Parts: sequence; C-alpha cells; structure tokens
Amino acid sequence: MSDLHKRRKRTDKIFKVVFLIFIGLALVVLAALIFDIFSKGFIMMDWGFFTNFDSRFPEKAGIKAGLFGTLYVIGLMIPITFITGTATAIYLEEYAPKNKLTDLIKLNIANLAGIPSIIYGMLGLAVFVRTLGLGRSVLAGSLTLSLLVLPVVIVSAQEALRSVPKSLRNASYGLGANHWQTVYKVVLPSALPSIMTGFILAISRAIGETAPLIMMGALTFVMFTPQGIMDSFTVMPIQIFNWTSLPKTEYELVAASGSVVLLLILFALNGLATFIRYKFSRD
Amino acid sequence: MKKFTALFFVLALAVMAVLPMSVAAQELKGTVKIDGSSTVYPITQAMAEEFSYEYPRVRVTVGVSGTGGGFEKFTVGETAINDASRPIKESEAAKAKANGIEYTKFVVGSDGITVVVNPENDWVNNITVEELHQIWKPDSSVQMWSDVRSEWPDEEIDLYGPGADSGTFDYFTEAIVGEEGASRSDYTASEDDNVLVRGVAGNKYAMGYFGYAYYEENQEKLKALAVNGVEPSVKTISNGNYTPLARPLFIYVNNEAAKREEVEAFLKFYFNNAQEIVPQTGYVPLESYEKALNKLAEITN
Repeated sequence: MSDLHKRRKRTDKIFKVVFLIFIGLALVVLAALIFDIFSKGFIMMDWGFFTNFDSRFPEKAGIKAGLFGTLYVIGLMIPITFITGTATAIYLEEYAPKNKLTDLIKLNIANLAGIPSIIYGMLGLAVFVRTLGLGRSVLAGSLTLSLLVLPVVIVSAQEALRSVPKSLRNASYGLGANHWQTVYKVVLPSALPSIMTGFILAISRAIGETAPLIMMGALTFVMFTPQGIMDSFTVMPIQIFNWTSLPKTEYELVAASGSVVLLLILFALNGLATFIRYKFSRD
Repeated sequence: MKKFTALFFVLALAVMAVLPMSVAAQELKGTVKIDGSSTVYPITQAMAEEFSYEYPRVRVTVGVSGTGGGFEKFTVGETAINDASRPIKESEAAKAKANGIEYTKFVVGSDGITVVVNPENDWVNNITVEELHQIWKPDSSVQMWSDVRSEWPDEEIDLYGPGADSGTFDYFTEAIVGEEGASRSDYTASEDDNVLVRGVAGNKYAMGYFGYAYYEENQEKLKALAVNGVEPSVKTISNGNYTPLARPLFIYVNNEAAKREEVEAFLKFYFNNAQEIVPQTGYVPLESYEKALNKLAEITN
C-alpha cells in the first residue's frame, strides 16, 4: 500500500516539474522578447515619435499615421465583431434547431478559425474593397479584420453560453420568464466574463495583424491621419514591418520603439477588458 | 533713404513673385495614389515626404505590394503611379490596354545588384559572370568554394539571396543565369534584405546578393565583390560600367491621371529633385532628368 502510495506521489511530482519546465520556457521566451524590444525601444523614442509621420530620416520618423490608423480600425472593429459574434453565438446555441445543418455550420465556423490570415486579406480585397466599392478605407480594413477574428469570437462565445448551468435557466423559466428574457437577463450576464476573455484574445490578434491588411490594400506611407471611416490608412504593424526591412540600420531602433507602443496599447486594451470582466463577474 | 525705398521695392517685388507660387502650393488639393516595388519605395517615399511639406493639402499615399502586385492595381486604374524595379510584362500591358489605361514609363534612377561576401573572406575580390553563373544556375553542382576555383578553400559555400517574388531576383537570374526566374533553390531566401545582410555578415564562408543600398549601409559588415573586374560604386553604376548587374528603376505613370494638377505637380517635383534626393536613398540618380520633364510635358498637354 505504501509502495503504491509512494509511486503515485512520485508521478505527481514528475508531472509538476514537467509542467513547470514548460511554463518556464514560455516565460523565458516572452521575457527575452520583451527585454530585447524594451532595451532598444527607448533609444529613438521621444515626443516627436508620436507626433511625426514616417520619414526617410530615422530620427524624424514617427508612428502618428499608424497609431491613428490602428485606433480607427480597431475602434470600429470592436463593436462590429462583438455584436455580430455574440449574436451569432446566441442564435446557434439558443435558437437554432438541433439538426445536421446547424452542426455543419458550427463545424465550418470552427474550421474557419484555422485559415491563414492572408486569405482573409484576399477576401477583403475582393468583397469589401472591390465588389462593395468601399475602397481601401478604414471601414474595409475593419470589416476584413472582423471576418478574421469572428470565428474565434463565435466559438468562444458558444462555449461560454454552453457552460451556463442548466439550473439557472430552469429557475428563470420557473419564474415565468420567456426564452428571450432568460437569454438576455440570465444566460448572457453569467456568460459575459467568458465571452469577454475570448473577445480580448481576438482583439489582441487583430491589432498585430499585418498580412491581410497589406493584401487588402492598406498603405505603407501616408502623411495624414484618417478623417473618417472612408479614408485610406496605415496601421502600426505595417509601419513596423516596413521599418525592419529598410536599409538604414537605425530603423531597427525605430521599429523597436514602434513595437513598444504597440505592446503598451495591447496591455492597456487587455487591462480594460479584464477590468470589465471583473466588474461583470462580481455583479 | 532712397536706398531703403529701393530695397523695399525689390523685396516687395520678390515677395509678390514668390507669394502666388507658395499660395498655389498651399491651396492645391487632391490625392496621388502610388503603389508597387519595395526597391523603388525609398525613393518615392522620400519624394512624397518632401512634397507633402510643400503641398500640405495634397495627399500622397504609397503602398508596397511589389512590382507585380502594384501593376495589378495600376492596370485597372486604381493607382496613378506604379513603382517598378522591372519593365511592365506583356500580360500586364495587355491588361492595361483592355482596361483602356494608357501609361508612360520613366526611369528614375538605377541600382547595382551587389554580390557580397564576409569581410573575413580574403581569397576573393573579383568574380566573373561565368563563375556567378556556375554558382547560381539551377541544380548547380557547386557546394564548396573549391568547386569554383580550385585554389579557394575546401569549405562549404553558404548562399543568401532574395526570394522569388523580388524584382532583384528576377533581374539577377536574367542577367547571370540567362533566364528570368531560373536559379538554384538550395540557398537561404528572404524578401527582407536585412536578413540576407545578417546572414552574410555572420558566416565567413557565405555569399549573397542584394541591392546596392543595403551594401552601402552595411559596408563595415560586408565586402562587395568586383564583377568582371568592375567594383560596384555610384560612379560605375551610373556610367554603365558595372554590367550586367546595374539595373534601371522605373515609375509608370497613368497618362490620364498625370493630367490632374496634383499628380502633375508631384511628378514635376519628383524629377526636379531626383538629382538631390535619389543619392540620399542609396540609389544612383540619372545624369539629367531633362528628358523626363519633357516627356511629362508631352503627356500633360
């Protein structure tokens, strides 16, 4: 008996160490990346970096166009994605008849999450830019990125809705609430924290995307900020990507500064979303 | 007193002469859409930047979707100007014709594709086109430096070059191998020239090729080879001695778009300042842009 007990303890310990090693590896890589970016990121960063447009002189080059472009595109993308994604998930989980067609749709949405992002860029170019005639606008960019992250948002929202305990729904029905009231007042609030988690991850991915936006025709060099949703634009990752490929070696430092700004925006957004999630889960 | 009056009048006249010009520059509005080659991008970007200071209300936008990707937009009339590191292909020209797009080609400068090795490499300073051909042809049997010349070290040759989407790759294979796109494939390929720079700088037995601007910025980390006895330099590239690896860089202009005031102003600005700005971007300017300006005047009339 004690022999068996010892063996079980030992296996337990071994697995604990294995898992520690893996999380350690992940953290080391992350730390190295952050250290590399931050150690180079502040050398060329000054106030001008935020107020200047891009320049052929590294010391004058700034991220203003990309910063505003990213804020516009993501700012527009957030409501589009959140509303479409959550609504789709609610329909699929709560209202759709349970049949083969629904299963097929669910399966396809899950598959869409694995498609390379550049394909979405091609789709965006064909559908939004050309067929719908939106041009290479902020709106077309937002819609393209929405398409890109929607599968992830929908799947995670479905999971969240599914994990709401059945007893909660039954209690609601028992009090005489109808289907919609139950969904709106009981299921959705209790699923919202988990929906937000999936949503945050999706936004973080969208902020860093370069390829689909280049494909869809976002620009590399502009000397103006978007004045409306039909204006052309560039985004931070495109500017950063472009800087790393230029011949002048100082641009490597400029690119690092850009990465720092991108990271900070990401942290801020994630922080905000975590705060919202925390607030909702307490109520 | 008289002197002052005279001075005042001269100054006033000068101001009056200059004022309408700068006011016109301030007032001119519109959009100039440009896309195309990443090789030509630094020149066009520099022009767009300087132009924007002078004409703040004209929006010049520059994309980088490659020469081919750029022509895709140019031949349907979505862009006014396309940066190109190679001449337009027949298929692209046909597409432009089908869409009723007339265009004009302008040479804006030139680039010399530079063959580089590690600075510690002390056995080679000059290489012939034949030898480059032998190294880079498809299914090349060259694995060791000694396979090229027997007195060279018996070490594996580590090759770096641009990937197949690059105009530099197209030009190099055409000039060296004799057929566009024909190249050995067992080399480290990257569309990002800085990756190639780092690769060659990090290995004593490496060899690579890319645009002159990248060599010029990294001279202390790289050694450029003379090709058929001619070293790449601003002088040899511009006077045509650095053959066959000096290549012209183009912009293609949509004739209809060039008639628009803001596009014409941008192109005039481009050619008037190319002499000064092109060298700052690491490329080699033409001796004169007189011809380009004349050609522009012809299409805008």
